[in-house]
Amino acid sequence: MENTFIYLDHAASTPVDPRVLEAMLPFFEQNFGNPSSIHRFGQKAEAAVESAREQMAAALNCQPREIIFTACGSESDNLALRGAALAARRERGTHHILISPVEHHAVSRTAEQLADVFGFELEYLPVDAHGRVSPEDVAVRLRPETAVVSVIHANNEIGTLNPIAEIGALCRARGIPFHTDAVQSGAHLPLDVDALKVDFLSLGAHKFYGPKGVGVLYARQGVPLLPVQTGGAQELGRRAGTQNVPYIVGMAAAFALVQQEHSDRAEHERALRDRIIGRVLEDIPEARLTGHPTERLPNHASFVFQGVDGNQLLMLLDVAGFACSSGSACKTGNPEPSEVLTALDLPREWALGSLRVTVGKDTNPEDVERFLDALPGLIAKARSLRKATTDNTVSNS
Amino acid sequence: MTNQPTVVIAMSGGVDSSVAAALLKEQGYNVIGMMLRLWSEPGRESENRCCTVDSMSLARRIAAQLDIPFYALDAKNVFRETVVQHFIEGYQAGVTPNPCLVCNRKIRWGFLLEQALALGADFMATGHYARVKTADGRPKTAVSGRRSIELLKALDDRKDQSYVLHVLTQEQLRHARFPLGAYTKDEVRRMAGEFGLPVASRADSQDLCFLGDSSYGEFLQRNAPQVVNPGPILNTRGEVIGQHRGLAFYTIGQRRGLGIAAAHPLYVQEKDLARNALIVAPLEELGRSELTASEVNWIAGAPPEAPLRAEVKIRYKARPSWGLVTPLLGGRAHVRFEEPLRDITPGQAAVFYDGEVCLGGGIIEGE
Repeated sequence: MENTFIYLDHAASTPVDPRVLEAMLPFFEQNFGNPSSIHRFGQKAEAAVESAREQMAAALNCQPREIIFTACGSESDNLALRGAALAARRERGTHHILISPVEHHAVSRTAEQLADVFGFELEYLPVDAHGRVSPEDVAVRLRPETAVVSVIHANNEIGTLNPIAEIGALCRARGIPFHTDAVQSGAHLPLDVDALKVDFLSLGAHKFYGPKGVGVLYARQGVPLLPVQTGGAQELGRRAGTQNVPYIVGMAAAFALVQQEHSDRAEHERALRDRIIGRVLEDIPEARLTGHPTERLPNHASFVFQGVDGNQLLMLLDVAGFACSSGSACKTGNPEPSEVLTALDLPREWALGSLRVTVGKDTNPEDVERFLDALPGLIAKARSLRKATTDNTVSNS
Repeated sequence: MTNQPTVVIAMSGGVDSSVAAALLKEQGYNVIGMMLRLWSEPGRESENRCCTVDSMSLARRIAAQLDIPFYALDAKNVFRETVVQHFIEGYQAGVTPNPCLVCNRKIRWGFLLEQALALGADFMATGHYARVKTADGRPKTAVSGRRSIELLKALDDRKDQSYVLHVLTQEQLRHARFPLGAYTKDEVRRMAGEFGLPVASRADSQDLCFLGDSSYGEFLQRNAPQVVNPGPILNTRGEVIGQHRGLAFYTIGQRRGLGIAAAHPLYVQEKDLARNALIVAPLEELGRSELTASEVNWIAGAPPEAPLRAEVKIRYKARPSWGLVTPLLGGRAHVRFEEPLRDITPGQAAVFYDGEVCLGGGIIEGE
């Protein structure tokens, strides 16, 4: 990438930290063994995996045996939802699934499949105008036959944080398994699974300067979980398949860095975020912040603009040298507002014009100013283009 | 961003637009790839010949290989409301419409060009086989006496696509680049190999993209069921010799599928809309020596001042025929051919040529 391009899409992915890459490198050529092997090659690999497991467990405040290594955050979500729901049905005969309408597709599509194919009853929680779930709404919907509850910790599109510990306490009191997708929040906030009162928690390494293709599911001991991927006895039989040793080592190294540096990172990012939110709302007419004004990820600013085609805005931004994202994350040119923005009850003319700006630990303030200087003109251009397209379409019909 | 001019290349994943993109990049332009998502019948999206998920992913890979940005744009609504609507209305009005002309004017060189210019591009390019010639240092054109940008046939006459580009205005041509106009298809395939581009051995797309796997008749039955309107087939003496399914399902000059047992082969000569009748005739009675075209676009920007002898193409793949072209008021033109032609088809375009120069053209009117 040329350095004239400014990357403001850290919620999509982050570069691998050089310290992380360095930790990974020995496990490609030198220490390449299979952790399940008896010999010393295997022993070295196993030691690396188990040491990574201990690191992750220490950071999350859980037991190493409660850490399951997976191939990504989405796989962790799948394993938690499907594994917990099917296990709960087998052991307790329960069939009710409760999720929020602002879940990542990895959760919502899995829950939909459990309903469509496996006969579960899927119920959605309400959210407020910031996309936030209230514990009271959870309390009145929990039933003895609830198999699993899933509420995202921090939403990827709008950055809103949910009151996970309070929801967790409600579920815990009733003995109902509770999962949270912490893929976004894990990159920014200290996570203590004990304090959060969760039974399952998903993470993906590439959101916190680790490699793509590796994730974690925390699974509390004693909470039934049916394996989704069957085969060998890796991960205590909960996830078959040879462990991806270098990536697991990289994830643990990256997560350890989050623990050491999160307050510095958050302080840096929060200042940039607030600068972005402040100036966008001040400089651009017909702009709204999406998600909660304060209870949100420290690096996350998201907006909707009336009369803008979000995809077109991203194109204009990219040509101008700024990499951002929208609500619909769609590269095929099919403009539909996302389920999350739809859940916020935004008018369609607003919901189509979404923009997500997510800064990172190395984002510099001058680049943010350049972005903020360019954005108003690009929004105006996107508005006139959308108006021209709409008028054109109408006049030709 | 460099200071080189920026060009948007309309990509399809096919060999032509991919090689065009590579040539532009080689010529030093700032190149941006774009692809339109066009309308398909709901549930039949995977059949669209222009913009399936596969072709879009191929175009995206080629753009990445050429290290140019690539954007997909949604044009479903505007395509449905212009191109598809025109197609359906044409058949309802008894003509044989040519939606590619509408697509070139309103979608590619309308909607997409507008998007390209808004993105800051100086030019837009396509993989069409045609050439543009700018006015610099060139004598005035014989036709209009004006210095203007000319649209020329491709050097490879067999691949020439100026027929579908005759709708372009001076303003559109000012921004147009056709990097393939000086090459043959074989040369383009060879260059694809040299650039290391995947040469998908797809058949050249000639059928209408939005028909997918359907015939146009099947499409019309689903989307404009009122065209199923049986009526009589008449011979030139006015005698009923059969029944047709609906005039839309027949084309001037068509022989097969009439369902008539006759001693000599019979051809569709004419559609009589007033009587909903299909007039058929033996080969020797077919043929007309004149036509009138409307919505005429003169590439030079204005009609010539006097009638002129020109070569005229009445279909995309037709051989040009000599005729006298007389401009008429109201954007129309009359053509008198030197030899009668059998398949002058209302709804198709008549396009006029002075040697390799495309002068313009218009839509053939019904009689």
